[in-house]
Amino acid sequence: MNKDATIHSHHISQQFNADLEEIKNNMLEMGGMVEKQLSDAIDAIITADSGLGALVREDDSAINAMEIQIDEECNRILARRQPAASDLRLVLSIIKTVNDLERIGDESAKIARLAIELTEQGESSKGYVEIRHIGEHVRHMVHMALDAFARYDIDAAVAVAREDASVDMEYSSAMREMITYMIEDPRSITRVLNIVWALRALERVGDHAKNIAEHVIYLVKGTDVRHMGLDGLEKKIRVE
Amino acid sequence: MTESNIEYAPASRSKFKKIDMSKIGGHEQSLRADELPCCLRVSDLNLYYGAAQALKSVNLSIPSQRVTAFIGPSGCGKSTLLRCFNRMNDLVEGCKIQGSIALDGEDIYHRSVDVADLRRRVGMVFQKPNPFPKTIYENVAYGLRIQGINKKRILDESVEKSLLAAALWDEVKDRLHDSALGLSGGQQQRLVIARTVAVEPEVLLLDEPASALDPISTLKIEELINDLKERYTIIIVTHNMQQAARVSDFTAFMYMGKLIEFDKTDTIFTNPAEKQTEDYITGRYG
Repeated sequence: MNKDATIHSHHISQQFNADLEEIKNNMLEMGGMVEKQLSDAIDAIITADSGLGALVREDDSAINAMEIQIDEECNRILARRQPAASDLRLVLSIIKTVNDLERIGDESAKIARLAIELTEQGESSKGYVEIRHIGEHVRHMVHMALDAFARYDIDAAVAVAREDASVDMEYSSAMREMITYMIEDPRSITRVLNIVWALRALERVGDHAKNIAEHVIYLVKGTDVRHMGLDGLEKKIRVE
Repeated sequence: MTESNIEYAPASRSKFKKIDMSKIGGHEQSLRADELPCCLRVSDLNLYYGAAQALKSVNLSIPSQRVTAFIGPSGCGKSTLLRCFNRMNDLVEGCKIQGSIALDGEDIYHRSVDVADLRRRVGMVFQKPNPFPKTIYENVAYGLRIQGINKKRILDESVEKSLLAAALWDEVKDRLHDSALGLSGGQQQRLVIARTVAVEPEVLLLDEPASALDPISTLKIEELINDLKERYTIIIVTHNMQQAARVSDFTAFMYMGKLIEFDKTDTIFTNPAEKQTEDYITGRYG
């Protein structure tokens, strides 16, 4: 069986079809909201917009509510339908992805809180280039990972996993910059530390986006590619 | 998993306000049995086959236009209880009943009840398909004919409507006058369902309707049950727990003649209240 062509025909039960479509739609909707949270949180720091930061923090509860709702729906489907094979992998992947999305939401709320603090601490441009750069990078990863899920696209998922490696390198180099600033001007330490936490949160977002990509690969290929590094991952996919 | 044309796109801020916060914390979306109208009520029912007690103090309300499943190990009394609803147990020598069963508020064991009419209102489908040795058409028309309906136009309409309702019409419309015995098992069972709905019942009793069928026919029957519940109250006895989970809205778990637990199927299969129910569902029973 050509596993790449994961195009399945309809179930005999229309309701089952509808249930699976619904959890997937809900997950993608949650993904859209999380991406918006991330975008706005990054903007809030860069444009020193504490109002936007407050909005992001407030709306994190909607993300949490969606996580609970989707988990409950998946729970019901597992209990009532005993899905098998790709259906089972779909439900499991959605449960895992929803968890990663909720964590991205939390990291975004963290970044928003830091935006508010940084705005109150006054003007300084140190670290903003790095935040914008890494921020754009991980935002793109989140978008690509969710898009890959929507289209069951393995190649896009692998591309996301590849990008995480370069994000990690950018993050290390940004950290070195921040340490230099702190050494040069100890009065800036409080401020620069906030930038450091924001960069850390963005790096974590990148990790979660990579996790989502790994769930997509599991869903489509039935192969668990976690914890094996980029080379191992690519090799494992090519073999199947 | 269907191929989806779902596009993924980031959301706008307004979408956040549309999230229903009451869904946090396991908000139950569907109604409980006691919030729904119930057409069948069982009160303190005890049933004896001679000296042996088969049903013990059963109290139960069956929600209308929903599917209720009876599950439980062999000999727990689920088929016995089912057969009470259309008084099939009257035909069993030495069977005694105490307590009452009310259909739309009226006691079905009352002296004045016309049992033949009861069995029209409460139709039954058995495990082994039992079409009459007649044509497909005559099988469905039979119930109407014995009520005195003989006009061809009315019979034709009714036969077509019933076969459509049983999801069989497309397969048999060009051979209505062939023998019913030439149909496959799954088709025969759907024919029996068509025959049962032709006389416009209120309740359908299904006693292991798919046990004798292959998996695909079984799924088709289950899909049919999902359609039929819009018009009829359905009670299904099944020894297949997964079928009960797929097909029913409410589930009653019985054990040794007693009703142990009755609740929404979602609850029974995710978080039952009784340990006995949990043991049975998870296969720890016995």
